[in-house]
Amino acid sequence: MAEDASALHLLLTADPALLAIVRLSLAVSLSAVACATLLGVPLGALIALTHFPGRGAVIVTVNAMMGLPPVMVGLALYLALSRSGPLGSWGLLFTPAAMVAAQTVLVLPIIAALTRQTVEDLWLEYRDELAAMQVGVMGRVGTLIWDARFSLVTAVLAGFGRAAAEVGAVIIVGGNIDGFTRVMTTAIALETSKGSLPLAVGLGVILLAIVIAVNALAWIVRRAGERVSG
Amino acid sequence: MEAAITFSEVSIAINAVTLLDRLTLTLGPGQPTVVIGPNGSGKTTLLRAAMGLIAPDHGRIAGVPAHRAIMFQHPVMLRRSVTANLDYALKAAGMARAGRAARRDELLALVGLGDRGDRPARRLSGGERQRLALARALARDPAVLFLDEPTASLDPAATKAFEDLIRTIAARHIKVVMATHDLGEARRLAGDVVLLHRGRLIEAGPAPAFFDAPRTDDARRFLAGELLL
Repeated sequence: MAEDASALHLLLTADPALLAIVRLSLAVSLSAVACATLLGVPLGALIALTHFPGRGAVIVTVNAMMGLPPVMVGLALYLALSRSGPLGSWGLLFTPAAMVAAQTVLVLPIIAALTRQTVEDLWLEYRDELAAMQVGVMGRVGTLIWDARFSLVTAVLAGFGRAAAEVGAVIIVGGNIDGFTRVMTTAIALETSKGSLPLAVGLGVILLAIVIAVNALAWIVRRAGERVSG
Repeated sequence: MEAAITFSEVSIAINAVTLLDRLTLTLGPGQPTVVIGPNGSGKTTLLRAAMGLIAPDHGRIAGVPAHRAIMFQHPVMLRRSVTANLDYALKAAGMARAGRAARRDELLALVGLGDRGDRPARRLSGGERQRLALARALARDPAVLFLDEPTASLDPAATKAFEDLIRTIAARHIKVVMATHDLGEARRLAGDVVLLHRGRLIEAGPAPAFFDAPRTDDARRFLAGELLL
C-alpha cells in the first residue's frame, strides 16, 4: 500500500493491499459476531428463563463484562496462546483465528446481556400463554428467541459495532502483521503513529461507512420483518 | 367433559392476599357455567387454579380433564401471522404436521377469520384477536374450556358474535366455564351460575333458579345492582 496515496484513491483503484485489509477486518469481525451470537443468544435466553442460586450475580457479571477493556482481553488471550501458555500448542497466536477469539470474548457479554433483557421482557408478556399451552423450557427458549428476533438484531449490531471498532485486543493477539493479521483499526493505529494522518483518516472513514452500511441494512431488514410479522 | 370438576376447601393466597378462601364447589358437565362476582372476587383465580396454572395452598381440585384450555382476558398474540399463531398452538398441542393445515383452516373458519390468515396477529382488531385466541384454545381439542371475561373489551356487535361462538362450542359438548362481570351476558349464556365474593362462594346453582329466586342476601343484592363491599 503506497504510503503517500489517499485512502479514497486506493479504494477507487481497488488497491489489493487495502482490499485485503478491509476483507480481513470484515471476516474477523463478522466471524466473531457469528460465534458470539451462536453462544450468547441461547446463553442470554437461558439466564432469562431459568432460576438458580447465584442468578443475580451471574447477571451482574455478564452486564459488567460488556465493558471489558479490549487490552485486558488481548493480554489474557496472549498469555493463554503464547508458546508457554496453556493453549500454546494450538499455535494460534498472531493468526486471524486468535483475533476472532479475542473479539468473540469481547462481543459475547454484549449479546448475552442484551438477549437476556429482551427475552426476559418478552417472557413476562408470553408467560401465561405459553404455560397454558404447556410449552416446555426448550420450546419456550426457541419461541422467545424467534419472536424477539428483530429486537435481537439490535444486540447483534451492538456486538458488531464493538468488534469492528476495537483495536486493543486484535493488535495484541494478531500482531498487526502486514498482509496477514492487519485489519483496519490496527492499520489506522499504525498509520497514525507513522504520521500518515490522511491515510489513517481515510481508513477511518471507510470503517465508519461499513459500520453505517451494516446498521442500515439491519434496520431495513428489521422494518420489513416487523411489517410482515407485527 | 363427562365427570365433574370439584373444588374441596381450596384456598389460595398470593403475597398475603387471600384470593380463594376455602372454596368448595362442583362444576358439572353440560351447559356453560358462568362465574360472576365483583372485581377481586376470585373469578380469574378460580379459572387459573382449575387450569393448573396456580397451585392451591390448601385443599384439592379434582376431575379436571387433561384436555383443557384457557383463554385469558387479555390474550397475548405471538409476533407472527394469524395462521402461524394457530399452527404454533396446534404443534404445542401435539398435533402431527400432516393434519395441521386442515385443522387450522377448520378453526379459522369456525371463528370467522378464514380471510385473515396472512395478517400479523397483533394487528387484528380487538374482536378478531379474541376470536383468534379462542381458536388457539380450541386447538388443544379441550374437553373443558375456561374463558376469562372474553367479551370485557368488546363492543356489542363483537360481543354478540363471540357469544354465538360460545354457544356453538357448548353445542359440541365442550364444557365452557366462563368468568364475567356482565349479568346480562350471564343470563344469556349460563346453564349454571357461580357467584363469588372476596374469594368465597356465595351461591351456585342452575341459572334460572339463581336469577329468579336467589337463596342468599348477597346474591339478591348483587342481582339488584347493589355494591357488594
